[in-house]
Amino acid sequence: MTARQPGAGLQTGLDRLRGRALPKNHDARTISALAANPGCARRALMDAAGVDKQRVAAHVGFAAQFGQSRFAIVRGNAFEAQVKENGAAQLLILLRDLLDLDVSEVGYADFNDVGGNSSAELRHLHTRHVLTAPDQPGRTLLDHPLLRLRVGGRHAYLEPDLIALRLDGTFHVIEVKSFAVIDGQADPGKVAAAAIQSAVYVRALRDLVTEAGGDPAAVSHKTILVAPRDFSSQPTAASLDVRRQLGVLDRQLSRIASIETLLARYPGTLTFDLDPDAQGRPRRPAAELAAAIGQVAASYAPECLATCELCFLCRDEAGGTTGALGKPVREDLGGIEYIAQARSLARGQVPAPEQAEIAAQLLRAAQLRAQVLGEAV
Amino acid sequence: MTLLTAFARAEAAAAGRAQRIRTVRHVHLSRRPLVVIPLQLAGEACAPLAVMLGDDPDKPRTLTVYEPRDRARRFEFAADLAEVILGHLDGYLPPDDPDVHAGTPTQGAPAQGAPAQGAPTQGAPTPGAPIQGAPALEPLPDAPQLLVPNPNAAAFLRLLGRSTRLRRTDGEHAVRPTVPLLGRWLTHYGERAEVPGSALLLAMTTALAEHWATGQSDLEDANLAALLGWVDPPDGLTGQQAARLAEDPVRCPPAGPVTDPTFDNEVLEGRMAAIRDATEAGDGPALARAQAAMDAALHSQLAPTWDLMWRAHALLAELPEAAHAQRRWKDDRRSFTAQAAWLREGGAPQPRRDSAVAAAKRLARLEREQQRLAVERAHDDPLVMAEYRLTGEAFAGTVVDADLTRLDTDGKKPKLRPWLIVQTTDAVIVEPDAVLANPAFPGQAAKVIEVADASREPGRTLVTLELSGGMGRALTAPPGSTPARGDAVTYTTLRDDFQPAPQFPSREETPWTHGGPPPEYVPTDDDAQEAWS
Repeated sequence: MTARQPGAGLQTGLDRLRGRALPKNHDARTISALAANPGCARRALMDAAGVDKQRVAAHVGFAAQFGQSRFAIVRGNAFEAQVKENGAAQLLILLRDLLDLDVSEVGYADFNDVGGNSSAELRHLHTRHVLTAPDQPGRTLLDHPLLRLRVGGRHAYLEPDLIALRLDGTFHVIEVKSFAVIDGQADPGKVAAAAIQSAVYVRALRDLVTEAGGDPAAVSHKTILVAPRDFSSQPTAASLDVRRQLGVLDRQLSRIASIETLLARYPGTLTFDLDPDAQGRPRRPAAELAAAIGQVAASYAPECLATCELCFLCRDEAGGTTGALGKPVREDLGGIEYIAQARSLARGQVPAPEQAEIAAQLLRAAQLRAQVLGEAV
Repeated sequence: MTLLTAFARAEAAAAGRAQRIRTVRHVHLSRRPLVVIPLQLAGEACAPLAVMLGDDPDKPRTLTVYEPRDRARRFEFAADLAEVILGHLDGYLPPDDPDVHAGTPTQGAPAQGAPAQGAPTQGAPTPGAPIQGAPALEPLPDAPQLLVPNPNAAAFLRLLGRSTRLRRTDGEHAVRPTVPLLGRWLTHYGERAEVPGSALLLAMTTALAEHWATGQSDLEDANLAALLGWVDPPDGLTGQQAARLAEDPVRCPPAGPVTDPTFDNEVLEGRMAAIRDATEAGDGPALARAQAAMDAALHSQLAPTWDLMWRAHALLAELPEAAHAQRRWKDDRRSFTAQAAWLREGGAPQPRRDSAVAAAKRLARLEREQQRLAVERAHDDPLVMAEYRLTGEAFAGTVVDADLTRLDTDGKKPKLRPWLIVQTTDAVIVEPDAVLANPAFPGQAAKVIEVADASREPGRTLVTLELSGGMGRALTAPPGSTPARGDAVTYTTLRDDFQPAPQFPSREETPWTHGGPPPEYVPTDDDAQEAWS
C-alpha cells in the first residue's frame, strides 16, 4: 500500500461535493460504521468529502436524532480526565496490577497540539516522528496521537481519545470508555463497538509503523479497555483481543470502492452544498438537494438507523424492498428484492425458473396462513 | 425468523397494518399486573432518574430522584420504590405471618448466610429450580406480574436489584431494611426473565412482537410506540404513518430507560440545576417549585408510555390464552413461592456471580425450557404448527381409514396398537419408524408405518400410523381416546418428551477443572461499600 496523497483533482472534487460547509472529520466511530456497510456509495462519498450529513438530512426533511446527552458527555470526560490525572497514575496502577505489565518509569507524551499549531497534517507528522524515531525511551504513554487511515484510497485523520502505550518496542492501544463493567461483565454491544474502534486504531498505528519502515507486528492485537468498575467511578482494565475485528475491518475496508472511481461516476456539477446565507441558514431548494442526494446510490439496512444521519431518507427510498424489513426477512424470502414481487408469487404468479423453489414455498405459506386464520378468526 | 413470519411481515407492509402470527396468546397476563416504567440518567452505570408504576391504569405513581448522581438519594429512592413494589408483592403472600413483610429476612434468627446448613444443596439460592431429589414446592395460587416496556427496562430493574441487594442496613452508609430486600426481589425477577416462556417480568415489546408481525424491521419494533402504531394504528392512519409519528421523540418520548438526549440537554439539565441552586441557597419555596417543575417534566416523558403499556395490555388480553401458558405460569408461581420461602428462612442474597455448578445447571435448564416452549407453542397454536408444516416437520390431514381395535400379538401379551391412515396435502418428509405426536392427544405416540403417494389423487400423501399410549389399560380404546375416521388431525415430530435433566455434581464436588468447590458466598464489607467507592 503506497501512501499516496489524494490528487489535487480528487480533493477539488470532494470540496465541491461538500460545498461551503466546514468538513466533518472521520473518527473511529464513522469508520466502523462505514466498514459495517461497505457497499454504500452515498455514505462513502459523503464521509470522504466531510459532508455534514445531519444538516443535509434535516434540510431535505429527514432529520434524525443523533444527539448525545450532556450527562453522558460530562460523565465520560470526567472519567477520562480522572484516569489520565497525575500522569495517568490510576491507569498505570491498573496496567501493573490487573495486566501484569511492567510500567515502572513510564514517560508521558501529549500530542494534543504542536507548538500551538494543530493542523491535522502537522500533528500526524509529529506523531509519526515521535513514535518511530530510533532513540525513543522504552516505555511511554502516548496521549492523543493523531493517526490516519486510508479509506477508499484517501487518508482519513483520526482524532482519537486514545492513549497508546509503548512498552519495550511494542505498542498497545488503550481505549477509555465510560460504560460500567459490573461483576466482570459489560454490555456486549458496547464492548463490541469498543473492540471495533480499537481495531481501527490498531490498523492506523500499524500503517504508521509500516510507512516508517518498521514491523507492523510491533502494534499488538491485544488492546486494553479501561472502564468504571461496578457502580463506582474507580477504573478497571481488561485485555481485548481484536484479531477478529481487524480481519473484518481489513476485509470491509478493501471492499469500499475507490473514492476516485466513485467520484468519477457522477457529473462535475454534483454538490451537497446547502447554499448558506450570512447567518449559515441553508437557502438551497430542498427538492434540488434531494435530487442531488438521489443521484448517489445508498445501500440501506435497518442497522443504519443506529449509525447514519441519513438513515430516515434512505429508509424512505428503500420502502417496498424486503431489505428494509431486515436482512433475515430478505433471506427468508429467498432474496427476493421487492415486497410486491414476493406477494404476487405467493398469489400464484408464474415465477422465473431460478425462483421456482421459493415461489412454491411462498404459495404454500400464503395457503397455510389463509387456511389457519380462516379457521381461527 | 421463519418464512411464514417473513411473509407475514411482507403482508403487513403491504396492508399498512401488523398481521397476526399467533392465534392464541402464549404468555400469561395478570388481570392486575404492576406496570413499571423506569428512567435512568444517561452516562451513569445505574442511576435511577424516575419511575412510573402502579396496577391501576387511572392511578400511576411517579417517584423522582432529584439528583441521581448523589448515591444517598438513589438509595432513598430505592426505599420509596421498595414500599410500592414490596407492598404489591405482599398482596400475593400468605397472610399467616403478619410480621413477614414480603418475606423480610428474620433478623437475629439464623445468621446471614448460615441457613444454607438447613438446605445444603442450595448454597446459592436458585428459587424456582426444583432441587434434585427434593419434592417440588406447592406454588402459591397466584404471583405478582411485572410489566415493563422493553427488555432494556427489564435489564435496568435487574441492575437496580444488583446495586441494592448487597447493601447493609447498619453501620456506615446504612440503608433502610427494605432496600436490600427490594434488591433481592428485583434480582429474582430479572433472572427469571431469562427463562424462556416465563411471564413473571414481561417486556411489552417482546410480548407484542411475538404475536404480531409488523411491516418494519425488528430493530424498529424495539420502539414500543412504533410497534403499537403498526398493531393498532389510530383511525385514519396506516401502521407505517403511525410508526413514523411515534419515532418523533417530542411527540412520543422514548419508553426508556434511556431518555431522549434532547430532553436531557434542553429540559432536564436546567431543572436539575434549579434544584441544586435552590438547595444551596436554602430557599425552601424555590426548591419546592423547582422539584414540581422537574416532576412535571418527567411526567411528560413517562405518561405517554404509561398509556401505551395499558393499551398493549388490553390488546394482548383480547387474545385467548394458549393451553400451555398456565403450565408455564405455574412454574413462575413456583419460583415466586420458593423465593419468598428462601427470604423468610433468612437465606443469603444472590451472590455476585454464580458458582460453576449453579451456572451449568442454569444453562442446561434454560436450554430445556427453550425446547419445551417451542413444542408447547406449536401444539397450542395452528399458526405456529403451520411453520413446521411448511418445513415438513409436521403435516395436517384427514383420517381416511382407522383400525381402532388392532392388537399387536408379537409379545407374550397382546397390546392395543390401533392403526390410522391419514391423507394430507402437506409435504411429508418423515420416514417409517419415526415417532410423532398429535397435539390433540398428548401422551399418545404415533409410529410411522408407511408413507405412500395416494395413487388416484396427485399431490396427496397417505401416512399409516400406529398409536400407543393414552388409551387406558384395556384392549379396547375408550371412545374419544384416539382420532376416528373423518377427523382432522395434525401429526408432528415435535414431541413433548424430554430427556431427564442431566446430573450435575453438588457444589462440594465441583471438579478442579471448574475451580473446585467454591467457598460459601457470604456478603462482604466490600460488597456492601462498593456503591460509595
